[in-house]
Amino acid sequence: MDRVFITIAQRLGLGVVTLFVVSLIIAGMLETLPGDFCQAFYGQQATEKTVAECRQRNHLDESFIVRYGIWVKDAVQFDFGESLSNKRDVAQVIGVRLENTLFLAGFAAAISVPLSLFLGILAALYRYSWYDRLVNVFTLTSISFPEFFVAYILILWLSISTIGADGTPLFPNMAMVNVDTPFWTRAHMMFLPALTLTLVVVAHMMRMTRAAIINLLASPYIEMARLKGISNSRIIVKHALPNALAPIVNVIALNLAYLIVGVVIVEVVLSYPGLGKILVDAVKFRDFPLVQASVMIFAATYVLLNLTADIVTIVSNPRLLHPR
Amino acid sequence: MSNQANRGAKGDILLEIKGLKIEGRADEDWIEIVHGVDVTLKRGEVLGLIGESGAGKSTIGLAAMGYARDGCRLSGGEIWFDGLELRGASDEQRRKLRGHRIAYVAQSAAASFNPAHKLIDQYCEGPVQHGVMSRDKAEKDAKDLFRRLRLPNPDTIGYRYPHQVSGGQLQRAMTAMAMACRPDLIVFDEPTTALDVTTQIEVLAAIRDIVEQFNTAAIYITHDLAVVAQMADTIKVLRHGHTVEERDTRTLLSKPQEQYTTDLLAVRSYAREERQRPENEGPVLQVRGVDASYGTVPVLFNVSFDVYKKRTVAVVGESGSGKSTTARVITGLLPPRKGEVLYKGQALPVDYRARSKDQLRKMQMIYQMPDTALNPKSRIRDVIGRPASFYLGLSGKALEARVKDLLRLVELEPDQYYNRLTTELSGGQKQRICIARALAAEPEVIICDEVTSALDQLVAEEILKLLQRMQDEFDLSYMFITHDLATVRAISDEVVVMQNGKVVESGPKGEMFTPPHHDYTDLLLSSVPEMDPDWLDHLLAEREEMARQGRVLKAADN
Repeated sequence: MDRVFITIAQRLGLGVVTLFVVSLIIAGMLETLPGDFCQAFYGQQATEKTVAECRQRNHLDESFIVRYGIWVKDAVQFDFGESLSNKRDVAQVIGVRLENTLFLAGFAAAISVPLSLFLGILAALYRYSWYDRLVNVFTLTSISFPEFFVAYILILWLSISTIGADGTPLFPNMAMVNVDTPFWTRAHMMFLPALTLTLVVVAHMMRMTRAAIINLLASPYIEMARLKGISNSRIIVKHALPNALAPIVNVIALNLAYLIVGVVIVEVVLSYPGLGKILVDAVKFRDFPLVQASVMIFAATYVLLNLTADIVTIVSNPRLLHPR
Repeated sequence: MSNQANRGAKGDILLEIKGLKIEGRADEDWIEIVHGVDVTLKRGEVLGLIGESGAGKSTIGLAAMGYARDGCRLSGGEIWFDGLELRGASDEQRRKLRGHRIAYVAQSAAASFNPAHKLIDQYCEGPVQHGVMSRDKAEKDAKDLFRRLRLPNPDTIGYRYPHQVSGGQLQRAMTAMAMACRPDLIVFDEPTTALDVTTQIEVLAAIRDIVEQFNTAAIYITHDLAVVAQMADTIKVLRHGHTVEERDTRTLLSKPQEQYTTDLLAVRSYAREERQRPENEGPVLQVRGVDASYGTVPVLFNVSFDVYKKRTVAVVGESGSGKSTTARVITGLLPPRKGEVLYKGQALPVDYRARSKDQLRKMQMIYQMPDTALNPKSRIRDVIGRPASFYLGLSGKALEARVKDLLRLVELEPDQYYNRLTTELSGGQKQRICIARALAAEPEVIICDEVTSALDQLVAEEILKLLQRMQDEFDLSYMFITHDLATVRAISDEVVVMQNGKVVESGPKGEMFTPPHHDYTDLLLSSVPEMDPDWLDHLLAEREEMARQGRVLKAADN
């Protein structure tokens, strides 16, 4: 177990370094973009004077180093400043959106992870059968379509064409949730975005599960299990799966990260108030504090999910967990 | 035992295979690899299947369980096991037999135990899944069998993971696992091939005891006639999927009828006279007081020996004794912590990157696994041509001529092999290519790291003879790493015995093969199986006698 704790400590330390580097890169990139917040905010009609006043108000007339330094100083105290455009506290603006994003990601993960493991294990068990081919074709098809297209198709099939006599569809095509929406209503409203995301990520995880298991089926200990008269399903679940866990978990971690950070298009298509939309708007307005804070969250997501994957890899492998 | 009652009397026929044909898939076609083999095995008897790789031994052994590997199929004949014809039986019928009434012990226990589960879980899986006994009872039974197989700490060893247990112990644990349901028949597929000779003894003795105690019939598959002579009542010699001959063990060994059997019997007899160190001439290569470590783990302690011109020094020892690490130090792949390597009296830089091209050229290596030592994507002309152009600057016509000369030297027809891919060759041919590649640099010293241990015995002998001819022709010096004492006897002049990273004994071959020995040398020497079917009995009796006098010879592994 010591090894696990050492790994966690090391990775968290490295994670902090990663966050720092990412923040520097993002700040640098924002700096190189043409224009700044004040120009974007006042647009074409802006006079020299208003823009200059605006810059002074928002300390944009300071040098890059000074502004970045102030941001870092505040950020290490978990103060991410206030949004330039609406003067609200960044933590507050992002907090609600983050919750929404996490809820959607969690919802999609709760469907897609068990589903892809199940489909992958069955595909490995009945490999080269019709079932296997069907699952492969279906998941590959769904991953090959652009996600907005999948979203529109789902809207057509499960929402618009299901509008009954009372005028309500089976699933709403807008996921306009707010803080007070009760859990089940929220889940119902978010079904289409969650299903869209599931269709996008299932193929990758399912195919990895199938490949990782099949890869092991040629190993001597699987042959040994066969020669011990163990049933096929038990061989897959007890003998192959535990050894295939590491690659599968790593792919799952990448996909979960994608569910949190990569869903802006689905959010826009289905009008879902998540983090992705905020980030796009913030970049458009050069709203530096807001961009930094969202990017920090995305980076931390990757760091934490990869750390989790590494821990599962260690814990699932006795050779790493119990060295000789 | 519940199934002890219906086990039947010793001497009843348990397994009868008639006209067995097996096909293997080659691209789109099925090619017959076993051409109508018959096997008859009575209860309580041990049948030895012997032959070189490709003879079909393992395939036939697995067919006795009604099993064919992926890419193989049982295409003809009948397999009768205790009244049931296995080829015609349903998958479910066969599955119920496997592990329950016919069990299997694989070549590499280290690879055949599932790394994710504890030994005891893997032991109990069979009996519990087949409904033979409860988990509790199976656990108790496991400990009892571990004890009978003389495993250390029989009560706790089962709660370890496979990687925490040594190879020899794992092989015994696998034998225990095969015994778990008290099967009528066990198929042993090269169970000691992956072990050191010193460890092999213990495993052989344990297997023989347990098979006798439970009156289990066994098929014992090996390529080593001396090993099977200790184990089997009857021996069947196979070649290219045909039976060469089948006789009871003593008759087969004393009066073989077929030339092929005679060749197999003679295989360990090749040996040449030892040569004295050359006078008035210093050693070519000197290893002086070398200490080395992997990270913080020390692995070599004060290793010293000399290699003279046109002489062969054999470095012997078990796996983990530091033989290959010494080679890594000499070639500069692992800089030592202490000590030095001298070439003709001059110290070589410790790191190969600091050595001159000429220093690198003079020392070449040949590896154990010709399969992995050759790039599967390159052609033979490039494999051999590369050192010739790199070290000697040959190109164009001169290079081609040189490569063809080298092919001729290693007895491969130049025009036929020049353009071929390395993957198109057999193991022995690949090793010849590796030898040609080493010779291409025109070296003075060649380090041979277990160059024959991945090869069949007859092929290995050809390779040894080839290496010997090359030494005579080009005045080469060899450092020959091996764990096989027959190889040592065959080609060495001097012997260095290593154990746990130290040189325990060294000297001329003649001296090393005559007593008195260092205990460890004695253990190594006495553990080499001989063709005599009583050899194991005598050896065990002798060691027991010695133990009574307070001199215990035991491998570190046990």
